[in-house]
Amino acid sequence: MTMVIQSDIHEIPIIQMKGVSKIYGRGAAAMQALKGIDICIRQGEFVAVMGPSGSGKSTCMNILGCLDTPSEGVFLLHGADIGGLSRDQRALIRRHYIGFVFQGFNLLNRTSALENVELPLIYRGTPLRERRRRAMRALTAVGLNGWETHTPGELSGGQQQRVAIARAIVTDPKVILADEPTGNLDSERSREVMDLLTAFNREQGITIVMVTHEPDMAAYAGRRIIFKDGHIDATRPEGCSA
Amino acid sequence: MLWETIILAQRAIRRNVLRSTLTILGIVIGVAAVIILVTLGNGATAQVTSEISKLGSNLLQVRPGQGFRGPGGTRSNAPNFSMDDAAAIAKEIEGLAAVAPSATQGTQAIFGSQNWSTSVTGTDNNYLLTRDWPMAGGRTFTSGEIKSGKAVCLIGATVQKELFGAQDPMGAAIRLKNITCEIIGVLAAKGQAAFGMDQDDIILVPIRMLHRRMAGNTEVNAIMVSARNGYSTEKVQKDIERLMRERRGITKGKEDDFMVRDMKEVMAALTGTTRVLTALLGAVAAVSLLVGGIGIMNIMLVSVTERTREIGIRLAIGALEKNVLMQFLVEAVVLSCFGGLIGILLGLAAASASAEALRVPFILNWGIVLIAFLFSAAVGIIFGYFPARKAARLDPIEALRHE
Repeated sequence: MTMVIQSDIHEIPIIQMKGVSKIYGRGAAAMQALKGIDICIRQGEFVAVMGPSGSGKSTCMNILGCLDTPSEGVFLLHGADIGGLSRDQRALIRRHYIGFVFQGFNLLNRTSALENVELPLIYRGTPLRERRRRAMRALTAVGLNGWETHTPGELSGGQQQRVAIARAIVTDPKVILADEPTGNLDSERSREVMDLLTAFNREQGITIVMVTHEPDMAAYAGRRIIFKDGHIDATRPEGCSA
Repeated sequence: MLWETIILAQRAIRRNVLRSTLTILGIVIGVAAVIILVTLGNGATAQVTSEISKLGSNLLQVRPGQGFRGPGGTRSNAPNFSMDDAAAIAKEIEGLAAVAPSATQGTQAIFGSQNWSTSVTGTDNNYLLTRDWPMAGGRTFTSGEIKSGKAVCLIGATVQKELFGAQDPMGAAIRLKNITCEIIGVLAAKGQAAFGMDQDDIILVPIRMLHRRMAGNTEVNAIMVSARNGYSTEKVQKDIERLMRERRGITKGKEDDFMVRDMKEVMAALTGTTRVLTALLGAVAAVSLLVGGIGIMNIMLVSVTERTREIGIRLAIGALEKNVLMQFLVEAVVLSCFGGLIGILLGLAAASASAEALRVPFILNWGIVLIAFLFSAAVGIIFGYFPARKAARLDPIEALRHE
């Protein structure tokens, strides 16, 4: 990717939410998880999402990850409205623009690290040779060179999360959505994971949105979005309006 | 992409070998059963056909009616034919290759200390023509022997075996009742028994000899007729029926008290029966394929539930509904095809073994092998579709939360 295009990308925020609400259920049982939030995140930012459980941050992450759609309001990913897209269209957006890192790692059991990292490329239709090469490169980037044949069961928690990060970056995504990536790790492993995420954010300009409960982890981010009762309290970067 | 999906499927199947084996058992048994039954059925049909053709090609048998209802509804046999009836058929019916009157009696044949219960048929050389029956050795009757009713005989392969074993029977004298009879020829073996009757268990003598010295009458039990090539057996059959009605004085409207059996008709009826039976048994076996299919659906549904999280991961990182659908569908089809292949191999092995045991020819029918394979693939698609669709329609958020 050339610098020219990257500077173009900076003109349009990667993530824009305008008055997004999410309502679960109907009638008296209806529950409003998000109450008209506005979010703007620029390409290359590292944002920490915080807040108590039930505050709406998971719902917001699902919408950001194109796994769910807003009930009201507009969600623009790199300027494109996601709201009206079909299930399969959203799957294609995920396939090409988004990488996921989960708290529980979510690797395929009894499947080698290399094959786990290859998985998103299979759905992209990348040929085998190219797939192997890129997966190996991603595993090397997370420091797991030599571990490619190990299955998740044979890896430590920190190593599993690094495999998950390799799987997230192997497609060169625009955004990585990390849902408490250090939630299951001790502080030493947590630091390794955060160093990796920070490196990918700085060196490859990948936008990172990370949910965390720990202020130590949030400190790695450039800014914080704090959820409370379906509303947010966020600082907004310059020139980025929702 | 499809190849990748197949690799993925066989990996998922291998991950749970015991369960996969049990899953395909239904298909294996179903396919094997279809293959065994259809193969044996085809063998039986072929055997019936070959046995009937062994009786003689273009053969018509004229016999008195059996179980004919006499006056008062009593069962009685219709009167036998006479030598004149046979002569009349030979003279008046067009398109015949040979006509042979025959009269048969059960009797003991004795040679030295060997004793064998068999049947003696009095006839002439035309009998061999109508039955299309070659000689294994010796000679047929001379016209002098036929005319005078000399005590000479031709023996069948079974009689030869039972009375003489490895000895040469030619020229030997055997005793039939109290008549000493010289063996002048041996008939070629007809082979396996037709309808449970051993055709080789027979002694042929000049009919005049049987009439005068054994039966004490001049009745004819059956007249063998063979149509000349190119003449329709149906027409010959009709002509003989007309002639015999006339000779036996059957008035219009009354039923025949004799029958003219065309062996081609018998063959058609019998092969028709075995074919229907084969189809019926095959259909019953196919039901077990259906049951096998339900087994596959069952296990695939369990598998989808167990692998909900995996499906969630795949959907989250960008799998389309159709990708997941294909993954599970291919898995079901690979399972069922694999079961089909094993079933085909097992079925063919069992069919060839039991064909040997039942003494029917083993006839490999590639058509049924192909059909069995395609059917098992179809079972995989049909019964795999519902579980696969269920997997494809999972909500990724829910699926990822699934423990």
